[in-house]
Amino acid sequence: MTAELGSFALFLALALSVVQAVLGLIGGRRPLLAGAGEGAAIGAFAAVALAFAALLVAFVTSDFSVSTVAANSHTAKPLLYRIAGAWGNHEGSMLLWCLALTGFGAVVAGLGRDLPATLKTHVVGVQGALGVLFMAYTAFASNPLARVLDPPVEGRSLNPLLQDPALALHPPFLYLGYVGFSVVFSFAVAGLIGGRIDAAWARWVRPWTLAAWSFLTVGIALGSYWAYYELGWGGWWFWDPVENASFMPWLVGAALLHSAIVTEKRGALSGWTLFLALAAFTFSMLGAFLVRSGVLTSVHAFAVDPTRGTMLLTILGVAAGAGFALFAWRAPALQRGGLFAPVSRESLIVLNNIILSAATAGVLFGTLYPLIYEAVSGTPMTVGPPYFNLVFGALMSVAFVLLPFGPLTAWKRGDARAAADRLRIAAALAVLIGVATLALASPRKVLAAGGVMLGFWLILGALAEIAERTRAFRAPAAETMRRLVGLPRGAWGMTLAHVGLGVFTLGAVVETSWKIESAEALSLGGRIDVGAYSVTLERVGMAEGPNFLAERGLLTVTRAGAVVCRGEPERRFYPTSRQTTSEVALCNRGLDQVYIVLGERRAGAGGQPAWLVRAYFNPWVQLIFIGPLLMAIGGLVSLSDRRLRLAVGRKPA
Amino acid sequence: MIRRAVLVLAAVGCMAAASDPSERLPDPAQEARAREIFREVRCLVCQNESIDDSDADLAQDLRRVVREQVAAGKDEAEVKAFLTDRYGEYVLLRPSFSAGNAALWLAPFVAALAGLAFLAWRVRRPQPADSLTAEEEARLAALLDSDRDAT
Repeated sequence: MTAELGSFALFLALALSVVQAVLGLIGGRRPLLAGAGEGAAIGAFAAVALAFAALLVAFVTSDFSVSTVAANSHTAKPLLYRIAGAWGNHEGSMLLWCLALTGFGAVVAGLGRDLPATLKTHVVGVQGALGVLFMAYTAFASNPLARVLDPPVEGRSLNPLLQDPALALHPPFLYLGYVGFSVVFSFAVAGLIGGRIDAAWARWVRPWTLAAWSFLTVGIALGSYWAYYELGWGGWWFWDPVENASFMPWLVGAALLHSAIVTEKRGALSGWTLFLALAAFTFSMLGAFLVRSGVLTSVHAFAVDPTRGTMLLTILGVAAGAGFALFAWRAPALQRGGLFAPVSRESLIVLNNIILSAATAGVLFGTLYPLIYEAVSGTPMTVGPPYFNLVFGALMSVAFVLLPFGPLTAWKRGDARAAADRLRIAAALAVLIGVATLALASPRKVLAAGGVMLGFWLILGALAEIAERTRAFRAPAAETMRRLVGLPRGAWGMTLAHVGLGVFTLGAVVETSWKIESAEALSLGGRIDVGAYSVTLERVGMAEGPNFLAERGLLTVTRAGAVVCRGEPERRFYPTSRQTTSEVALCNRGLDQVYIVLGERRAGAGGQPAWLVRAYFNPWVQLIFIGPLLMAIGGLVSLSDRRLRLAVGRKPA
Repeated sequence: MIRRAVLVLAAVGCMAAASDPSERLPDPAQEARAREIFREVRCLVCQNESIDDSDADLAQDLRRVVREQVAAGKDEAEVKAFLTDRYGEYVLLRPSFSAGNAALWLAPFVAALAGLAFLAWRVRRPQPADSLTAEEEARLAALLDSDRDAT
């Protein structure tokens, strides 16, 4: 019964979205129609929420007469993964997508009191139109609540690799990010309909971009952390097509964050900001298509038939096509914005955008090139991580060198020498650290030392900007404190995000360049050395989990003879899906980690059983995940700036 | 029964297979070079994995081939040539720079250059805001005058 109710609610939501779209787009200046459209937006969200609740109930109660549940759940699964199973599959995750889409529409309708009435009505209408496309697809082509005629006694369970807390949270965050850009898209289309793209418009777009981008950052970082500890060899980014699909909207979102500032503060670049606002959600939709269509081979993709892929491609074509056609039609009439000199903050932000766009182009090309190449030449080819590392690394290093100059250069006409002067100490320290790294770190690596230098340059450059704004070391300490407290949250947000980028860079460079790996078949009491640490296999026993059996090892990690920690890596076997996974043991040592994997059992010396044990020393690996966290916190701190709220538009008091 | 299944499966699967000690070359320098090459070679039957990461049988065979060639003193280019002769470009994770792949390698940099050209054009345009036309000067003067009169 719940499933039927949920199905009904889904169709009701579709109908309400149609109403929302029509009333929003024709409602323009008629408050009654506009109000009804907003009501429909809130109603659509409530209806999708009901459908989603029905799906959760079906998963929690293991109602195997619902086909999605039968295919992806199991009674022996822990509650958390029964819940997470609701979005761990194609159908359920589409419903989550619709939930986020209508949710954001409802927020604009309910909380956007201060938006100009016409703009708000149009935004709600466009959001409704997007809702119609995705909801129709979900309701007709992939209804998660569809029943099966002959319900099985037991479900087929969720892929055990996905039964993990980080991965349970990964899709909700990712979708809040992906779909958050839909609001930005709606604002862009509404702005084009109304013909007014100005500072006020940019001011309304920026918080949504910040929110979506921060969620996306967290979502990507969670996925990356999951890959790091769950896949069992410590890799955290593979340039896999599906990762790229989530990374492209992130890059475009980052570019948009910056260009929207120029549009807001200087009235310039409005056409470009609009373009990015349309592009961000287009890339989100492209991601949804790539993951679900099966056109690309990837470890993460949902296995879905090409028919659904074609439908998603059609949705992408209709939504993005309409958006960009409107752009081509209306954008030339936009007012040209303020002028700026070659050396100015505007120029630097444009450079940032050029590099981020080029990087996006690189990622896009690298992801799709094998498809194009095979279609044209008939022979398959591969574009793998070495390509992305080279192209992306080269572009980003240029961006990182320039980045600290941005916040220290004035709008309109800046003084390059003055900015360089303020960054003197940061630059000197960064170079010193780079040279020291080159001299001291073994093995000696020139590129890696350069990377370390860039990481410190970003961090120190961001701090130098704060020091400059608070007149640190030049004014009395009390004056500095007063200024420090008085800094707007937006400034703190920017600093945090830029520091986070530096922190991430340090982690990525140091981990990749100086990680140490060692592997050996160990009998009980056997030992392997990894860097300065020794890992001893003490014991191996059997353990039973709720829905798996495991071999669990007990290993001690010692350094210079002293025990520093114990790890219990597992090798799990899930009988339902007949899959083996490994649970690694992580031994935190400051920013470093000793990463231990228990491998297969084999015959050792003298007939003794032995286990293949892999140990990695991952220096500074924690920074890889702390960095994005700082970036996301930076985004949220900026968002909490009272000058920049979701319901902005209030005249400054 | 299930415990036996655990052990059977445990013997089959294993991850990050390249570091398996039973496959390793005796000379650490050669082993390191082989590992470098592994990271650039695709496991042809896998979903976008290098043979360094994959535990598939084919990946194991390819690792053996590469190790043998490295042990025989061949350099990276020779090993890659050997592999592409057999499996085509598909086997390389880093596509070579050829006429067919030029678009792939150049696109991001062309995009960056196009952006730079646009920026140069944008900042070099004549800047009317800096100098007013004669008419505007006259209007400004008139406004300032009337303002002065008012005070």
